This record gives sequence, structure tokens and C-alpha cells, in this order.
Amino acid sequence: MKRLVPRVITSFVGILLILTAFGARPGPDGGGVWPVRAFDYVDRNFSVWFNILAVFAFILGGASLLKSHVAKVAHRRPDWPYSAVTLVSFVGVLAIGMLKLGGPPGLQGEVTDPGAWFQIVFDAIYDPLLATLYALLAFFITSAAYRAFRLRSPQAAILLASAFIVLLGRTPLGTWLSDPVPPSLGFLRLDALSVWIMSVPNLAGQRAVLIGIAVGVTALTLRILAGRGEVDGGGA
Amino acid sequence: MSSSLEVWIAAALSLMVLSFLWRDNPAYKFAEHLFVGVSAGYWMVMGFWSTLWPNAVVKLVPSAARLTEPAGPVPAREPLVLVPLVLGILMLLRLWPRLSWLARWPTAFAVGTTLGYNLVRYVRSDFLAQIHATVAPGLLVTSGGAVNWVATCNQWLIVAGTASGVVYFTYTRGGAGLRGGVARGGLVVLMVAFGASFAYAVMARVAVLVGRLQFLLGDWLGLV
Repeated sequence: MKRLVPRVITSFVGILLILTAFGARPGPDGGGVWPVRAFDYVDRNFSVWFNILAVFAFILGGASLLKSHVAKVAHRRPDWPYSAVTLVSFVGVLAIGMLKLGGPPGLQGEVTDPGAWFQIVFDAIYDPLLATLYALLAFFITSAAYRAFRLRSPQAAILLASAFIVLLGRTPLGTWLSDPVPPSLGFLRLDALSVWIMSVPNLAGQRAVLIGIAVGVTALTLRILAGRGEVDGGGA
Repeated sequence: MSSSLEVWIAAALSLMVLSFLWRDNPAYKFAEHLFVGVSAGYWMVMGFWSTLWPNAVVKLVPSAARLTEPAGPVPAREPLVLVPLVLGILMLLRLWPRLSWLARWPTAFAVGTTLGYNLVRYVRSDFLAQIHATVAPGLLVTSGGAVNWVATCNQWLIVAGTASGVVYFTYTRGGAGLRGGVARGGLVVLMVAFGASFAYAVMARVAVLVGRLQFLLGDWLGLV
């Protein structure tokens, strides 16, 4: 029961959706024989059902966050004041958003309407934090590049050379460095090399990656649909 | 200097995050934990109002639509929407160890949906379309009818690079002989592609960093 039912659900839903891709579509009036209408309903609605489940996953994540941080605060574990910050901000944003505070009266309007408190939280807190955390990665990605270069393997050297040419080729510094290159050797300019890397070897590599992913996804899908893969949602 | 409280809060939080470049410190930890709480709440609220409310609550209780849109139309009831709602509730049972095994059912539905939708899409757009785009005429000519040798060489390089990359993925361990040589060539192509992707990732993050500095120096301090 614990393992069989999930496998049956996965196989049934997966095969049903694959079949819908090959099925006929109902006419403009929505008519057609019942299998056509059924496949059409499945095709249109299962993605919506998936999104509904994704919201429940967010709710589960929120509940799990509450559970772990409440325990940390209650037992005064190390760094518990930071957990209190997380709890207060989480509950506060949840209340502001669910009650649609600051916007049109009642529950009317959108939470993202100008003047809504939820939008103010987004503009003043969420967006700056997200953007700055993302920007912080600029420094760490540079140190990662340095470490990769230190590996001194031929592959790392090729990767770094390609990255440097593309980086320099897209900046004014690359243009300035390429100025001494005579016009007859224009293809050696950093900007020209950058364009060539992007349009030839990069294109080939990206295509190989996409084809590889597609083959992998197909093999994994068929394996899971055949009931030979694990569908683990947790729990004993 | 800005007189807006919102800008001051945003600037203070930005500086707290940037302070991590010095070392891990209480200001950064505060900003980090604030971000976790706010983002969890943000996505729950967005998910509820943009997905759960219109696609589940309103379809199950159509009169609920009047709460958010008093003048809007009332949609027809769709009892089948109970299925994802029940699956969603089963997902929440993950929090109770004795019943947590039931959370596998909604996960199984999600996995099945993802596989069902993506198999056809991947085969179409990432497999067939990529092969179709790679296989092009072997000799490219200009509008005047002359052979364009540069474009032709590039075209053959793309074909060879794609094929050798696929060979590398298929035979990761390489080996000796022609197959090993082709796989090693594929690895070189992939490294060049990863280098280009790395460069774009660096540029994207530096662009965001420049945006934050412009905000701090311009919107907040009014210096630029």
C-alpha cells in the first residue's frame, strides 16, 4: 500500500498526460466524443492541479519553518533571537498578505496594488535583500573561478580561457585591449572571438547538453512510468 | 539623500547583506533570517491569492468570488477540484510522523504530472528540434552564389561539436581509440560552453551588484 499506490498514481497520471499529447482536440464549440473531452480536460487541468499542490508545498514549507524555529526559540537554543526574527517576519508578512492590509477595502484588489502593505514589504525588504544576496554571488563566483584556475588541469584552463574571452569581449576593456590588433587580423579581436565562441563552440556544447538532458529525461521517465523508479514523498 | 523610509530600510538591509564581505556578523545574520521569514511568507501569500483562491476556493465555492470581485462574474462550480485539495491536505500530513507516508500520494501525482508534461516537450524541443537545427546544408553559399567557407567551416564545427558532446555524455568514461578521442573532443567543446555560461553568470551578478551600488549611491545618498 505504502509503495504500490504512489507508483500506480505516478504511472497512471504520467501515461494519461503523454496520451493527451497524441489525442484529438475538441471542436471550437467544445464538443466531441467523451474520450476527446476527457483528454482535453486532463490536459488543461492537471497543470492547474499541479500548481495547487505546489501552493500546498509552500504551506508545508511554512509550517515546517514555524515548527523548527518555534522549537529553537522555546528551548532558547544558540542564536534563538535570529529565529525570532524569522518567525516575526514570516507571521507578519503572512498576516499582511492574507488580510490584504493597506489596499482597497476588504479582500478586494490585488496584494501587489500600489499602496498595499504587502507591496511595500516587497519593495522595501524582499526585493533589496534578494538583489543584494544575488549580487553577493559576484564575489563568490570570482573566488570560485580562482580556485578552478588553481586546479591547473587542461579542462579548467579551457573553461577559464573561454570565460575570460567572453567576459572581456563584452566589455569596453576588451575593445581597448584589442585596439593594437591590425584590421587584417580582426578575427583575433576579443569582441570577435567572443562572438565566435558564443555562436559556434558554445552553441554546439549547449545543443549537446540539451540533447543529453532530453535522452536522460526520456530514459528516467520511462523507468519511473514502468514502476521501476522510487517516488519518495517522505514518511516511513 | 533620500527622505523615504522605504529607501532607508532597503539601504540598511542592503548594507547588512554586503557586510558579509567583511565576515559573518550579527547584522548579516539578522538580514539573512529576515529574508527567510519574509520570502516564505511572500511566496505563501502569492501562491494563495494567485493560484489557490481562483483555481480551488472559487471553483469549489463560487460565491467566494464576490469577496475579491463584488462586480465580477460568478464562475460555475467544479467539484473535481476537490481532488487536488485532498491531495494537498495529504501532503500536509508529512508533519505527522504516523501518517507521513500518505504524503507520497500527492508527490506521486506531482511526479507523474511533471513526467507526463515534460516527456513530450523534451523530446520535441530539446531532442528533435536541436537535431533538426544542427543538421543543415553542408555547403553554405552567399547571396551571390559563391561558397561561404567561413560559415561552412563554422557549420561543420557545430555539427562535430554537438556530436562529440553527445558522445562524451553517452560514454563518460571515454576509453581508447576513436570513441575515446571523440569523447575527449566533446569534453573540450563542453568546457568552452561552460566557460561561456560562467562568463554570463558573472556578468549577470556583476550587473545586479552595479544596480545595488547605483541604488545606494543614487537613490539613497543622491551622489550619482
